[in-house]
Amino acid sequence: MGGAAACKQDEGGSGSSDASKVCDLKIGFFGALSGADAGLVTPGKQAADMAVKQYNAEHADCKVSIQAYDSQGKPELAGGLATSAVNDAKVVGIVGPAFSGETETAAPTFQQAGLPVITQSATRPSLSEQGWQIFHRGVGNDFSQGPAAASYIKGLNPAKVFVVDDQSAYGAGLADEVKKALGPLVSASDKATDNQQDFSAIVTKVTASGASALFYGGYTEEASPFLKQLRAAGYKGAFVGGDGIYDANMLSVTGKADVEGAVATCPCAPATAAKGTFVQDFQAEYNAAPGVYADVAYDLTKIFLEAIGEGKSTRADIQAFLTSYNKPGAASGVTYKWTDKGELDPSQVRVWAYVAKDGAWAPDKEIPKA
Amino acid sequence: MNELINGFPVLTVTGLTQGAIYALIALGYTLVYGVLRLINFAHSDVFMIGTFGAIWTWSAFGLDASSARPSLGEALGLIVLAIVVAALLCGFFAMLVEITAYRPLRARNAPPLAFLITAIGASFVLSEGMGAFTNRRQFGVPAMLPTEPVVTLGGWSLTPLQISTLAVAVIAMVSLDWFVQRTRFGRGIRAVAQDANTAALMGVNKNRVILLVFLIGGLMAGVAAVMSDMKAASTRFNVGFLIGLKAFAAAVLGGIGNLRGAALGGILLGLVENYGSAVFGTNFRDFIGFLVLILLLMFRPTGLLGESLGRARA
Repeated sequence: MGGAAACKQDEGGSGSSDASKVCDLKIGFFGALSGADAGLVTPGKQAADMAVKQYNAEHADCKVSIQAYDSQGKPELAGGLATSAVNDAKVVGIVGPAFSGETETAAPTFQQAGLPVITQSATRPSLSEQGWQIFHRGVGNDFSQGPAAASYIKGLNPAKVFVVDDQSAYGAGLADEVKKALGPLVSASDKATDNQQDFSAIVTKVTASGASALFYGGYTEEASPFLKQLRAAGYKGAFVGGDGIYDANMLSVTGKADVEGAVATCPCAPATAAKGTFVQDFQAEYNAAPGVYADVAYDLTKIFLEAIGEGKSTRADIQAFLTSYNKPGAASGVTYKWTDKGELDPSQVRVWAYVAKDGAWAPDKEIPKA
Repeated sequence: MNELINGFPVLTVTGLTQGAIYALIALGYTLVYGVLRLINFAHSDVFMIGTFGAIWTWSAFGLDASSARPSLGEALGLIVLAIVVAALLCGFFAMLVEITAYRPLRARNAPPLAFLITAIGASFVLSEGMGAFTNRRQFGVPAMLPTEPVVTLGGWSLTPLQISTLAVAVIAMVSLDWFVQRTRFGRGIRAVAQDANTAALMGVNKNRVILLVFLIGGLMAGVAAVMSDMKAASTRFNVGFLIGLKAFAAAVLGGIGNLRGAALGGILLGLVENYGSAVFGTNFRDFIGFLVLILLLMFRPTGLLGESLGRARA
């Protein structure tokens, strides 16, 4: 646990915000910064750090900082972290939580404190149905990703499709959407469990089913050993997953040979083809190409920074700022505008397919809307 | 049900393989219980350290998940080396746990509850320590043995990995059985298991026997760790928990304190889990496994083969 705020300058009541600008505000970054699924989240954290660094260079007299909340992607840790974020009065907005399960745990706390959040990657549709006004989603949800993944699979012309999910808030939701859209093509389905290591029973079912394509709803942590065991058992068909497997760990843990040809869909355009100077800036800062959701997290962080730059210094002000926001992001090019439930304007949602080639994720194509 | 019938040969072979891994880990629980009447919860994390030991060994040769499959001869050499390293590493940590977490308590006649807490404590220290040390990352296992089946007969087939896992497990278990039943050290272990105080009067060094028991349990866990690495294809700091729980269940199923029982329990659990997942779906895997455990214990409270490490023989 890092130390809490060292600078505790009390502003003396809430009414005197016009006298001078409130400085040293913080933007929280909430997600798995360590753990097996950190590959999905750390590029976004790097991008958020970069956005703040750029902002501080221009506003040296009144700086903003990023406060990291490392949930390891676990819902059971998210509640406590949400409380500590809420209790830090300097935190006026949150980028994240990155995953759906932890969002379900953390959002009620944020809602109670009126702390606005914009998630860069939690895609479970029901998150926007809970009446949390503070919840905003910076990408499309699984109602867009599921059918897109299904239409990609249909494009492979499989005779039978096997669907597996990990029973998580995200994985099960996405797999259900895919099943709905594929209809009778789905010949069988099964469920994995969190932390599962031995997949021999599912692998046997998949190979015996004669399916030539498999959709996996879940995260890298289980997807990677599962795919490897499938390949070891001689499964030659397609392996398609959602954005939960679209990270660098999927490549390095599964290994070049076995991951080759695996497909990940993502409601995100390739970060490496982001607009403006984002890609060059990121490359210069971290000596690496921007990873998954880096561009989105960058834009979302900049929205909070813009609000702070305009003198919004309370959670309520920033919440109001988000409600009426309607501008394109510098890196993703997506116009950020939210519905009253906090969903990204549907016309802005696009889903891409990425294919593992030679040990790297290569953008395959934007999946056309059905 | 169709899935069980169609996949029966494959489910049996993969279940046996997984069961052999459970059995190897179960030996460590059962040995320690037989001698100390203590459930060594840290054993699962000793196993986890072994899974990393193997990966570190292979990465010392420049191998990671993406490297090309080595030739069969090289692979066998690398596997044997990894087994040696992982077994020694696990043996070392198992003894370390005994010396730091249990021995001082025995010396002060601590109540059983204190042992339970230090056992759980040692388990967390090992797994969370490894978690912090590896940044809780997941590590892929390099490709080792070819995956094409080498023996095929009807619907039955065996891959090199399955053959070697079963062979290694059988060799390890037979030698352990021989060691405990036929050697002087083994007689010491059985003597302490039967009656520690009398054994001490007869000149058996109790603490040395206990240390030996932890060492053997650790060595077996190290062997299991390498086989499990190659089967599961990845590891991380918390892999010990579930597999350790299963192995412990296997030990109880066979009759805790009974070496042959642990082997039988492990293999039975591996098979039941696989058949159960085929019939009811994989989300019922642990449900079925543990349901069978409860049912069997209802009728045979001491496990399938009963508790018998201390049973007198030669």
